[in-house]
Amino acid sequence: MMREQNVRMVSRRGFLETMFSAGAMVLGVQILPEEAQGAVSWQPSVYLGFEPSGTVVIVAHRSEMGTGIRTALPMVLADELEADWKQVRIEQAIGDAKYGSQNTDGSCSIRDFYVAMRDAGASARLMLERAAAAKWNVPASECKAQSHQVVHAKSGQKAGFGELVALAAKQSVPAKSELVYKTPAEFRYVGKDVPVVDLDGLVTGSAVFGYDAKAPGMLYASIERSPVFGGQLKSYDDSETKKVKGVVATATIDPFKPPHGFQALGGVAVLAENSWAAMQGRKKLKVNWEPGPNASWESGALKQALLEAARKPQKVVRNVGNVEAEFARAAKTFEAEYYVPMLAHAAMEPPAAVAEFKNGKVTAWAPTQNPQAVQDAVSAALGIPKSDVICHVTLLGGGFGRKSKPDYVVEAALLSKQVGRPVKVIWSREEDIKFDYFHTVSAMYFKAATDAKGRPTAWLHRSVFPTIGSTFVAGATDAQDFELGMGLVDLPFDIPNHRAENGGVKNPVRIGWMRAVANIYHAFGIHSFVDELAHAAGRDRVEYLLDVIGSPRKIDLAAQGVKYWNNGQPLEKYPVDTGRLRRVIELAAEKSGWANKKSGQGRGWGIAAHRSFLTYVCAVVEVEVDAAGRVRIPRVDVAVDAGTIVHPDRVRAQFEGAAVFGASLALMGEITGAKGEVQQSNFHNYPVARIHEAPRMTHVHVVPSSELPAGVGEPGVPPIAPAIANAIFAATGKRIRELPVKRHKLA
Amino acid sequence: MIRLKVNGASRQFDGDPDMPLLWYLRDLLDLTGTKFSCGMGLCGACTVHVEGKAARACVTPMKSVSGKSVVTIEGLSKDGTHPLQLAWKQCAVAQCGYCQPGQIMQAAALLREKPKPTDAEIDSAMQGNICRCGTYQRIRQAIKMAAGVKA
Repeated sequence: MMREQNVRMVSRRGFLETMFSAGAMVLGVQILPEEAQGAVSWQPSVYLGFEPSGTVVIVAHRSEMGTGIRTALPMVLADELEADWKQVRIEQAIGDAKYGSQNTDGSCSIRDFYVAMRDAGASARLMLERAAAAKWNVPASECKAQSHQVVHAKSGQKAGFGELVALAAKQSVPAKSELVYKTPAEFRYVGKDVPVVDLDGLVTGSAVFGYDAKAPGMLYASIERSPVFGGQLKSYDDSETKKVKGVVATATIDPFKPPHGFQALGGVAVLAENSWAAMQGRKKLKVNWEPGPNASWESGALKQALLEAARKPQKVVRNVGNVEAEFARAAKTFEAEYYVPMLAHAAMEPPAAVAEFKNGKVTAWAPTQNPQAVQDAVSAALGIPKSDVICHVTLLGGGFGRKSKPDYVVEAALLSKQVGRPVKVIWSREEDIKFDYFHTVSAMYFKAATDAKGRPTAWLHRSVFPTIGSTFVAGATDAQDFELGMGLVDLPFDIPNHRAENGGVKNPVRIGWMRAVANIYHAFGIHSFVDELAHAAGRDRVEYLLDVIGSPRKIDLAAQGVKYWNNGQPLEKYPVDTGRLRRVIELAAEKSGWANKKSGQGRGWGIAAHRSFLTYVCAVVEVEVDAAGRVRIPRVDVAVDAGTIVHPDRVRAQFEGAAVFGASLALMGEITGAKGEVQQSNFHNYPVARIHEAPRMTHVHVVPSSELPAGVGEPGVPPIAPAIANAIFAATGKRIRELPVKRHKLA
Repeated sequence: MIRLKVNGASRQFDGDPDMPLLWYLRDLLDLTGTKFSCGMGLCGACTVHVEGKAARACVTPMKSVSGKSVVTIEGLSKDGTHPLQLAWKQCAVAQCGYCQPGQIMQAAALLREKPKPTDAEIDSAMQGNICRCGTYQRIRQAIKMAAGVKA
């Protein structure tokens, strides 16, 4: 039996066509905003439909993994349309390039689609108003849409959207120059805490995630993969497996061809009538692997290689003044090394996907951040046209970047083709952790010269890490511009001599982006080191940080010869604005009561501030370290300037959650490898923060702003780890230069 | 043949007696509100009630629930109006929501034993339930709201 939601999802493919035939009006607004006219490769496209009854159907084309985006973007459209939210239905889009980018990654859904949603809403509103004007034979300028109807105040005539749908459909789509937008004071929903559309299902268990998807006649598949990355299957024996009740078949998946990209890893699958039988059958498999050259992989040796590389000159990626001359001249210099290990995403829902190969086409149901990447990857793996891959997007039980890689959907499609039935691939927690696209390991070296007041006159930041680029180009070691642009080349400090260097080392695992990506280690290094300098100078951390950042100004990175990624946005629109950075620091200090806090004797406060995803964030963290060395975090204050925000409560929730995510990686997150294999497997040896370990209360202070919208999903993470480490230093005098904190004796 | 009650309805199961209750609920009864996440009883996403007490369905073999009454998130209330479900909505606890059925079932078991829990009792009862989105402070807030104790 196919689940109800999936049936509805299937019908969605025909949503637009069936609505035409039903006489409804469908508005497709293709808009190419100014942002798209640079090198940026996205083209937003918004679909909005009206049922004959007047019910507004808004297509959510971005994936819901907990940010509330399935609610927030439709809110923007509904608001501009003057729709009544109670008469709005949200439909989740399948993967289709006509929607523009659906890659829900990089904290950009509101930033990239806010204008497009408003345009779609304003266009349809104008068409409805013109339809009413024609019907009543009055000037369109006198007709105004108000809460799902159009009103002509002079005559007192009113018509509901439903009455006007057929007439409005005959209006031509207005040019962008004709659109009149609502003022912020007129907003009904934007800026309000509208309950998320999935709320009921999330508390009753009826919400359908990828792991919950079912298709008629489907088999469940559990896959044995090489424990060493790139290992090859030599042979396998499934005779005992086939004796397990419920096991239907075994099948092999070919190993990937480098670069691995989003291909299936390859392995031996056990297909069964239920999950348990598939897992039991897999336990009985006897598989021989040829582990290959990566069998010698050791994360300990890699760590030493990274640290050694960081001690030597590397490729210069930003250079201002002359750091070497200043180091030679200065009375005082400081050096420090920092290290952040590999991390796993560990979303609560492990990867899973249902796919059916039938008549040369694939239909998939997946918790994916990027359904178009599913189309691409499945198309490549099966040798079928992209248009023959239909990807329905379920809710995601967390994503954090892992679910933007669709390898698990490819597995399901390949297996379905082999067995001729729909297949649901289920990943265990062990597989999720061992075969992740890991957050990369990094080592950093810092050196600073200071003046008489302890203020830096020269600053060298060397960052060495295996690059995400190796996922797409086999053996790549040169960092990508986006990795460098996440904290390394955009340091917003006012230091006359400044140099940033980057080096790469190979790491034979799959590397991928994880919530906040390179900002995590760069912010940890930068704000740990600046805290060390402030301590050496005997100065207040807030006062020192503001001094180092310097006056409010916009930093002209291009003038410094820096090729700066800036999240794909031009600096003229989204400058690096130290004034906004200063403001969040001042706000966090004020709200946390920083001026009256006295650290020491096991209690301390730490601060860090970082601009990422075009958003300015400062965190003040309070820690308590008890006699046994246990760290507790009673309170976090986060100040945020994300520009215009749509849903204040979901913004607060993202920063509350980011504080927990940051605490997890700071306190306990670490993936290691030995003899070629990842050593962690489940929450006992890859712990994440639990209720008593997480920050007890995170207060989020949002700067009111009408600046362009920036990101909120990720930028809350980077300041947390350094603020925790700085607070631990303030509490105990012990400096954490390597994460996680659990590696250190604090008692 | 194993006989049990699930959400008040009588059921019979003649499969592998070692099959965890989780897969019986999800794959055979289509009660997918009970989630898989760790498979080792480490995260609480699969929390259900067995004879009124919180249990991790992923490590509860079917043979151990013979003759017993099991309640899942789908059976916690008829129409999603258990005080915890209402409080969960009011506090907008969920982000991705995947762990929340387990959180709510764990909290419901807590309130049955301790109708007015202290902060320490909440932490103690809820520390087996992981939320990777990091909604813990709202979980605590919602439990207190449902219990009618001061936040």
